[in-house]
Parts: sequence; C-alpha cells; structure tokens
Amino acid sequence: MSAATEDAVTEAPAVEAVPKRAMTLGLGTSLAVLAALVIAPLFVKNFIIFQMTMLLIYALAVLALNILTGGSGQFSLGQSAFYAVGAYTSAILMEHVGMNYALTLPIAGIICFAFGFVFGQPALRLSGVYLALATFALAVAMPQLLKLGFFEHWTGGVQGLVVTKPDAPFGLKMSQDMWLYYFTLAISIGIYVASVNLLRSRSGRAFMAIRDNEIAASAMGVNVALYKTLAFGVSAGITGIAGGLGAIAVQFVAPDGYTITLAISLFLGMVVGGVGWLPGSIVGSAFIIFVPNIAESISKGLSGAVFGVLLFIVIFLVPHGARQVAIVAQQLIGKLRKG
Amino acid sequence: MELFTNQVLAGIATGAIYACMALAVVMIYQAIDHLNFAQGEMAMFSTFISWQLMQWGIPYWWAFLLTLIISFAGGILIERLLFKPLAKAPVLTNVAGFIALFAIVNSVAGLTWDFTIKQYPTPFGSSPFLGSQLISTHQAGMIGVTVGLLIALYLFFQFTRIGLAMRAAAALPESARLVGVNTSWMIALGWGMASAIGAIAGILIAPVVFLEPNMMGGVLIYGFAAAVLGGLTSPLGAVLGGFLVGVFENLAGTYIPGVGNELKLPIALALIITVLVVKPAGLMGRPIVKRV
Repeated sequence: MSAATEDAVTEAPAVEAVPKRAMTLGLGTSLAVLAALVIAPLFVKNFIIFQMTMLLIYALAVLALNILTGGSGQFSLGQSAFYAVGAYTSAILMEHVGMNYALTLPIAGIICFAFGFVFGQPALRLSGVYLALATFALAVAMPQLLKLGFFEHWTGGVQGLVVTKPDAPFGLKMSQDMWLYYFTLAISIGIYVASVNLLRSRSGRAFMAIRDNEIAASAMGVNVALYKTLAFGVSAGITGIAGGLGAIAVQFVAPDGYTITLAISLFLGMVVGGVGWLPGSIVGSAFIIFVPNIAESISKGLSGAVFGVLLFIVIFLVPHGARQVAIVAQQLIGKLRKG
Repeated sequence: MELFTNQVLAGIATGAIYACMALAVVMIYQAIDHLNFAQGEMAMFSTFISWQLMQWGIPYWWAFLLTLIISFAGGILIERLLFKPLAKAPVLTNVAGFIALFAIVNSVAGLTWDFTIKQYPTPFGSSPFLGSQLISTHQAGMIGVTVGLLIALYLFFQFTRIGLAMRAAAALPESARLVGVNTSWMIALGWGMASAIGAIAGILIAPVVFLEPNMMGGVLIYGFAAAVLGGLTSPLGAVLGGFLVGVFENLAGTYIPGVGNELKLPIALALIITVLVVKPAGLMGRPIVKRV
C-alpha cells in the first residue's frame, strides 16, 4: 500500500447538503411576507423605517454570503471588504461625479463582481480554514487600504465621505426615509428572485455539486474553477449593491465602518438564518441588527456577554438556524391538514 | 547588514509571542478539528486569573501553577457545558459558538477587571540578553519556554498511551472508538490542554503587551496566521510559523517603503496567503488526500 492510500480520509462536506427545493419559501408564504414588508412602514416612525431599510440591506448582504457558502460551499470572512467597495463606489460616484444614486448601484455591483471574480482566482486553491484566513486578510486589509493617502482625494481618508440623501421622485408625497425603504425593497425583491432562479439554474446546480463533492463534480464535467470564481463574483456583486444602498441610507462612508466586525456579523446572520436557506437571510439580518440593541438594553456593561448568551441560546435550540424552525412549522401544518 | 540582523532578532522576539499562541491554536485544532476563535480570550482570562491570584499575595510560581490547573479545568468545563451539545451541529454553527464565547469572555473580563492597562511581572527579568538591546531576558525566556513546551508536547503525543489515544481520536474517531478510546473525553482533554497552553502563552505575553481585556486581539490573528502558515497539523510547524511571521512582519515594516505600522498586518497576511497558494497544507502540514 502506498503512503497516499494510507492517508486517504473520507471527509464529510463542511457545509451540509441542502436540497434546492428546501432553499426557498412556498408562494403563499412569500406573498404574505412581501405584503407585511410593503404595509409595515405606513404605520411606524421614520427611525423605525430607517432600521427596516438597514434590515433589508443587511439581508441582501447575508443572502450574498448564503449564495457563496450555502450554494457553492466556500467560506468567506471577507464580505465586509466587498461591502466597503460597493459603498465607496456609490459614494464617490454620487459626490465626485454627481451621478444619480440609482445609477451608482449597478456600477457598484459590476465593480464588486469583477473584484470578487478576480479575488476568487487565488482563493481557488484554498478551502476551509485556509480560505477563511485568506478572506479574513482581505477584510482586515480593506479599512487600511481605504485610509491610504494615495486615494485620499477620492475617499476622503480617515474622515470618509458624506452622502446626500435622495428625495422621493415624481413629486411623491413621501418622506426621504420611506422612499428609500421602498426603493430598497424593490431592489431586494429583484435580487431575491434572481438569486432563487440562479440557484435553480444550471449554474446553481453546478454550485451545489461543487459544494457536495468537488471531485465528483469535476468528474461529471463541471468546470470547478469557473463556477467557484463565479460564485465569488456573484456574491461580491450582491454585497456591493447592498454596500451602495447602505452608503445611501446611512449618508456616510468611512473606513472604520467596514471592519472585520461587519464580516463577522454577516457570518452570524447567515448561521442564525440557516446556511443555504435564502429566506432565512432576513431573519439573520434581524438578529444582527436587533439583538445587540436588546443586549445593550438588558445590561450596558455586560452587553457583549448578553449577546453571547443569546447567540448560544439560539444555536442550542436551533443549530440549523431559522430553516429548522420553518421545516418544523411546515411539518406541523402538514399534520394539521391531514388530521 | 547590522540593521538587517537587528530587525531579524527583533522579529524573532515578537515571533516568540505568536509561536506560543500558534501552539495553543494547533493543540485545539488537533483535538476538535476547528479553529477556536475564542482561544485568545480564554488565554487573556487565564492571565487575569493569575494576576488576581498574585494580587492576593500568592507568589509568582504558585500562581502560575494554580492558573494552569484552573485553566485546564475551565477548558474541560467549557467543552462539557457548551460544545459537547453542539458536537452534532453543523461546523458553521460551532464557529458561531466560538464567536459567542469570545463575546462573553471579553465582556465578563472587562466588567470584572475593567479596561485599564495593567503591568504584569516577569520571572526572567527584563535586562538585555547577552548584551543585545533587542532581545531582553524575558523574551529569551519566552523563546526557551516555547521550545520546551514544544518538546514536552512532542514527547507526550509520541510516547504516552493517552497521547496516542488523543491522536487516534482526532484522526479517525470511529476506528478509535472501536478499539476502546473514549473519544468524547479525548476532545475534552484537548480543550483542557489547549486552554492551559493558552494560559502559559498569555502569562508570557502579558509583560510585553500589558494586561487588558483586548490584549489578545492582535496576537490571536498572528497566532492563527502562524499556525496556518506552518500547517495546522504540525505543532513544530506552528512554532516555526510563529517565528517566521514575526520576522516577515518586521522586515516588511523596515524595507518596503510606505509600510507603516498599519500595513504590517495586511502585508504579513498577504505573504502567508501567497505561501498557502503554493503549499496549500502549510509549510510542515501533511497534505490531506481525499477519497470520493
């Protein structure tokens, strides 16, 4: 027996297989959630509308990570870097070039797609913890790069850039916050539908084949290198759009807003929402936006500990995240119908 | 040339810190197959315990010993209470658990001992070592302890029954169970040992970076990087990786124009990734062969 065969290890895939049907919600539930998202802002204050906008924006970023990790099985702790690039692209185009805010988003998406696709090339040789370290390095480097004196004319250096908030168009009588919310909602729905379709397509199946078994996938004729980098590109592109929207909503970009903490939050959002379950993104996003606030309100000094304990409770009760809750609920409803 | 030797020496001195941490990282990776993001915070907490013991008037070495015992027990306790129930959960859920542990430990330490910077004593003194201004006796002592620890670990894993059982439990859990190894307790033992090694690392590092709840943030990143660079399966690789990262970082800071303190870390990480792209299992790691 050669040394190679002695060392052979059968390794379970790091990300468990999610059948593609299980990655989405049924039509009825989707419409109910959509209706709730459309009607809700009519009844609440502007600050809450702003928070709901951020909820959608982070949900987009979590969704992007979900496509990468849940879809193609690659880890990333570098999403904050793509988010930052998207945010800065939008901010620079709006403030220096004077472009319309809506037009900056596709450009942010394309630039981030290219960036992600290129970054995916060296990342091809890495997987698991090694990939996590590589993407982590990207996240650590990004704020420092944005601070460099070389780009200062464009990025505003440590000070960052202030972005003007857009008014509602066509003379609509709507507050800026509310307009931005509906604008974000429309984009989010578009991206969500596109993502669902992407994962159902030939490319989506290729992603999942790579996730479940890379060697088998390549034996079946899947171009592993192409689809892995493509997954990085798509994920980065969506994150970039989310970043652009984030810059418009917060009206401010600065290097220290996009540190590794953001990447870790997005990662937690994905885990809480359920890895590989796209609708869970919004649940995960709600977790990372609201739970730190709740923790802070319970105890100021121990907010970190309260947050940690809450996180532990969630992962103890539902190790598979919100997806698990949805599956249990579905089974219950099924039983009720039969009985 | 003198500048070069000096920078290399200084790099080795900081590298010793990273090597210590990397050793703890590899230890736990061997036992549980994950990178523990809370490792640095656990080490910081242990260091605070030893500091507290000394404040209560216990002599250095007794405090050191007591801290090791407390950390060892604490590591096992954390595994039993928090991570054993998650053993069947997906990998990413476990990683979320580490992040939660990180938040809890950091916040509790901050509340108990507050965020002011504290001096921490060293048993080796801090006079220049062999007449060199760059390495103090403390740093030399630190290198000595790291190397000693490495040899002890090697002997433990190669020549004791329990070391063999731990290796078996980590490599092939199912087969290990069949031959009667209690794999569940081996994992707990791995946590305990990693926690104790982390405590040693913390106690050695504290005199250099000073004691405060966030002291491990930067060190842990370098420790991870060193462990990954050297190969996560090899304690020797981790220690070498630690020294290499220390030296790289210093040389990059000195010789590449425009690299201040801020860009040191990204450059060190970029270099490590370059190495990984060429040698994906790390410098001394064993490549894993996969079967379809």
